[in-house]
Amino acid sequence: MAKLIDSVKTFVNTKILKKVHKRESIDSKYVLETRNLGISFGGLKAAQNVNLKIEKNEIYGLIGPNGAGKTTVFNLLTGVYQPTEGAFYLNGEDLTGLPQDKINHKGIARTFQNIRLFNNMTVVRNVMVGLTNQPEYHCSLFESIFRLPRHFKVEKEMRKRAKELLRIFDLEDERNNLACNLPYGKQRKLEIARALATNPKLLLLDEPAAGMNPNETEDLVNTIKKIRDEFDMTVLLIEHDMKFVSGLCDRITVLNFGTVLTEGDTKTALSNPDVIKAYIGG
Amino acid sequence: MKFVKHYLSYIVIGALAVIISAVGAAGGIPGTFSALLEQSVIAIILAVSLNMVVGFLGELSLGHAGFMCIGAYVGGKLAVLLSSSLGGTNIVTVILALIVGGLCAGICGFIVGLPALRLRGDYLAIVTLAFGEIVKNIFENSEFFGGQTGLKTPEFTTQRSTRFVLFLIGAVIVLLTLFVIQNIIRSKHGRAITAIRDNEIAARATGINVTKYKLMGFIVSAVFAGLAGVLYSYSQQSLQAKTFDYNYSIEILVIVVLGGMTVNGSIVSAVLITALNNILQTNLGGSFAVAKDLIYAVVLILLVIYRNAPALKSFREKYNLANLWKRLVKPKHDPSRVGDDSVRWDVVPTKISMDEVLSTDVVIDTTGDNSADIGERGGNK
Ligand SMILES: Nc1ncnc2c1ncn2[C@@H]1O[C@H](COP(=O)(O)OP(=O)(O)OP(=O)(O)O)[C@@H](O)[C@H]1O
Ligand SMILES: [Mg+2]
Repeated sequence: MAKLIDSVKTFVNTKILKKVHKRESIDSKYVLETRNLGISFGGLKAAQNVNLKIEKNEIYGLIGPNGAGKTTVFNLLTGVYQPTEGAFYLNGEDLTGLPQDKINHKGIARTFQNIRLFNNMTVVRNVMVGLTNQPEYHCSLFESIFRLPRHFKVEKEMRKRAKELLRIFDLEDERNNLACNLPYGKQRKLEIARALATNPKLLLLDEPAAGMNPNETEDLVNTIKKIRDEFDMTVLLIEHDMKFVSGLCDRITVLNFGTVLTEGDTKTALSNPDVIKAYIGG
Repeated sequence: MKFVKHYLSYIVIGALAVIISAVGAAGGIPGTFSALLEQSVIAIILAVSLNMVVGFLGELSLGHAGFMCIGAYVGGKLAVLLSSSLGGTNIVTVILALIVGGLCAGICGFIVGLPALRLRGDYLAIVTLAFGEIVKNIFENSEFFGGQTGLKTPEFTTQRSTRFVLFLIGAVIVLLTLFVIQNIIRSKHGRAITAIRDNEIAARATGINVTKYKLMGFIVSAVFAGLAGVLYSYSQQSLQAKTFDYNYSIEILVIVVLGGMTVNGSIVSAVLITALNNILQTNLGGSFAVAKDLIYAVVLILLVIYRNAPALKSFREKYNLANLWKRLVKPKHDPSRVGDDSVRWDVVPTKISMDEVLSTDVVIDTTGDNSADIGERGGNK
């Protein structure tokens, strides 16, 4: 039966939807590897030939001027957009073309440039949503409707875990506030906490320090380092604040007009004259 | 205290059902009042189930009467078919009719849920509207279901001392509806559903299976509308398909919106509107039926404006019943005293706001062939 469904799926995908990409795993020592990843919207090539190789436990920066295609790369990596070229691999597993929730289950979680929280929910519930798919909190609809013991057990454990995650971000005391009532900096942190709740292997942060004051930014640098160490996490982040980037990132890739301008360790890449020119607007 | 708050609706409805049944068994309920009771029960089921889609899933559905129509006709026809063998109003027949009617409506809920995965907001509203009309027309023109003349159903006896049983069955189904829908909402599944409503893009990125939960919402909602339909078919001598037109769907929607898109609010407004309807219809006669629909439309428009107009925000906050209550009874709002579960379970959604800002994060792909077009319209609020 499962085989039949699979073959129908491939038929629909290849013959009807004309998705030609066939997923094939590769040998890769990188947590994230992209190969010639690209997408064009009509004529506009928002990203092309993006090759990223991110090692385990690395904090990797993706920078570039406004409109360079950074967020587009994130959208490709999380399945919001389907790449028109290339593929990307998480620990060697090809995730190209998977739907967003599947990609999240495989281990890529993200935050958004303009914050997207569940505004009408409390802080703790926001994080609990992130825990929904964790196998240890599995509870079927039937068990929930009929209030079987597992429902209560799972709810209690989820809440406990959510509080633990909130503690890392100093949000525990605000757990019963509505998410939309948090100040801006805390909303950014809550988004990270929610992403962490999905137990990712790779965390994508889209301008995590935007709108934060210097104190908060410094705090965030420490928190991200702490996450990497405690959760054994690999982080890919977009940021405009160069001080933040050079203080945090091991290596960076610089994008400009959708293509890779340069890459390498943070200091060298940032002092590259092309990069400076791109930022000044040459 | 928390217990009472969570189970208030069950307690009130259960108590009322017992009292009314006791009076009914003694033969003390006049025919007109028992009709009102049955209508109220049906309206409550319809409102609470529609609220699953409108309030919790945040999608605008204008075809709820269509699901009810399916339940009514399928259940009614089954009762007719079984009337020679089992007896049309035999309790076994009633249960069978409820099961089959509910299932058929649920299947249609699944079918209507499918476009909901791709369309949203106003577009989905149009699809559901069309669905309701199609269903109505199919039953109207099918000879098997009585065609233009309508389907004669085995009505419950009009005898005072036994008629209340229909109300009692209805009350049990109301409790079942509340049980299922509230328990879904107050669980991790409900959290996922409200997450989709609040921010679909974020929900997907957080690993929520939007397909599954949207379909689930539509199916559950449709099943209970189907049950309400079966009850309706038992409360009538015959079914007329044109009863289930879009006006009926909108009437249910008005009830839900008036109830603030919460479960308890829906129950209260269902009873009030039904009573009002009943009174107006018996006292004002035919020509008012036309005016009634007009009034509904106006009320709905005003409510949507009231809810969404930014200019009215301060007014809304000032004269909001909940806030008034808070100011009168609990002058100091202390967030640390709020229990984890007592915070705004079912706050009103905002997907019915007609225009939503596009954000730069994820842009709508206008080329159309991108299956990742997640339509930003349901985006950030
Ligand atoms: N869905 C889309 N349809 C059409 N064009 C798009 C779409 N998504 C992104 N673009 C375009 O792709 C380019 C890159 O946008 P992107 O949001 O990735 O930039 P960015 O590097 O994140 O910039 P910023 O620093 O301002 O966030 C922009 O010109 C944008 O208009
Ligand atoms: Mg961006």
